[in-house]
Amino acid sequence: MSEEQIKNLEEQFEARIARDEKIEPKDWMPEKYRQTHIRQISQHAHSEVVGMLPEGNWITRAPSLRRKVALLAKIQDEAGHGLYLYSACETLGVSRDELYDQLHSGKAKYSSIFNYPTITWADMGAIGWLVDGAAIINQVPLCNTSFGPYARAMVRVCKEESFHQRQGYEIMIKLANGTPEQKDMAQDALNRWWWPSLMMLGPTDAESIHTEQSMKWKLKRKSNDDLRQQFIDQTVPQAHLIGLTIPDPDLKWNEEKGSYDFGPIDWDEFWQVVKGHGPCNKERMKARVEAWEEGEWVRDAAMAYAEKQKERKEKQAV
Amino acid sequence: MKNENLYKYILGIADNSLILGQRMGELCGHGPSLETDIACTNISLDLFGQVRSFYQYAAKIAGDGKTEDDIAMLRKEREYVNVLLVEQPNTNFAYSIGRQFLFDVYHLLFLKELEKSKDLTLSAIATKSIKEVSYHQRFSSDWIKRLGDGTNESHQKIQSAIDDLWTYTDELFHQTGADKAMVKEGIGVNVTTLKDKYYHLVKNVLVESTLKTPESKYFQKGGKQGIHTEHLGYLLAELQYMQRAYPNMEW
Repeated sequence: MSEEQIKNLEEQFEARIARDEKIEPKDWMPEKYRQTHIRQISQHAHSEVVGMLPEGNWITRAPSLRRKVALLAKIQDEAGHGLYLYSACETLGVSRDELYDQLHSGKAKYSSIFNYPTITWADMGAIGWLVDGAAIINQVPLCNTSFGPYARAMVRVCKEESFHQRQGYEIMIKLANGTPEQKDMAQDALNRWWWPSLMMLGPTDAESIHTEQSMKWKLKRKSNDDLRQQFIDQTVPQAHLIGLTIPDPDLKWNEEKGSYDFGPIDWDEFWQVVKGHGPCNKERMKARVEAWEEGEWVRDAAMAYAEKQKERKEKQAV
Repeated sequence: MKNENLYKYILGIADNSLILGQRMGELCGHGPSLETDIACTNISLDLFGQVRSFYQYAAKIAGDGKTEDDIAMLRKEREYVNVLLVEQPNTNFAYSIGRQFLFDVYHLLFLKELEKSKDLTLSAIATKSIKEVSYHQRFSSDWIKRLGDGTNESHQKIQSAIDDLWTYTDELFHQTGADKAMVKEGIGVNVTTLKDKYYHLVKNVLVESTLKTPESKYFQKGGKQGIHTEHLGYLLAELQYMQRAYPNMEW
């Protein structure tokens, strides 16, 4: 293809996106569009799968059968999200095994929030309320993103995440209205998860390297700072409602702006965790790599069995 | 307690699902593939759902103000009456699948009989559970076949697991006092009548999977009397942790 032809295709492509048309896997797309989508969708899929670990940590210790069942169902949803996000990614011409490889080798990232430990039951509430809450704010705009399979996956993901967020908040309500010990547990969890949740919405706009291109492709529709402000404005009243205190002495309602002012975020901590030195980065990766390696003989068996079944069928047909 | 036999009978059914559900829950996030991970979590979820129905009914029968969670999480080790099979650890995927398979075949046979119970609550729970357990059995049987007739390594691993777990199968067909009383009243299932069919069904799957049916005649028992293997204590320590550490609170 000549350079001019490619340029022509690119112009048509950008025009389609501008018209809000969906790009489907078999459509022509610029290589950069493909790569950016593989990166973002796989990162999202990895986050769902790694995210199963901190919550899975409490399945065997959930305080009641009702909570245990709800937690299991929630984590199962996350696994399901992982599954169809990997599938969406595969439509771009990359296999799940390759994506796992990227995760296990440290080449691909996942949401840094899952590198924090879940040390009390209240963390199950805080994760649902804050982490899933922040995820929804990040993801709702993606229901209208330009790449069809991703947009459709996000519609379903967002519905389920919103259920998880309510479930997490409900755990917090129960604790906040419980005994002093339970209330302390809830406050402690909020103290530990608040700042990492704010960081989850990404570096400040000035530091964000992917924003401009992603905005053009509707992979991003609001800047990180706008999303963060939206999250804070939405979450602070929810904390007040149940008598919990946001761990930010600078947090103050700004009448003029119609939103909250908040204190400085410790970006050094953010980059430390992103670069692999958070409290649980090593444990999370170790758990994933171990599951993958220890499962190899199982996957090999399934392949060998399927192969044998196929051969038998073919023989019968002859 | 007026209906003590019925109460004990319900625990005898539900404790199996509680302990097996807990074991399957341990695997969450650590499965050999995302699909098996989801399936194992799903089985755990189904089992806990069934447990809740049974314990809620048991709590009603007892009528002493105890809740489903008190029954699930606040008994002493010797008061759990699950069979030894379900408490065996997740040594590797072969053991998890072997344990699941050996229990599923029994579980489905049992529930199909329980559905005929004169006790309408038990019958209704059985009906609801049959649908789920049919799926469990299909899932675990399929994996027995894949592992048995897969690679040499998988064949050896699943054969060892079946050989080791076999010793816990006979207990499934032991009758307790509560069992006998409930059979007499047309409420309970006579598990002794399920035995031949069970071994026949299990053997069929093993044969299809190119696996040997163990010939050992030595079996372990005791779970139904609350005499467990050393594994159960640790499982209960996790299961009960919150209720023990923070007593009398609502969650």
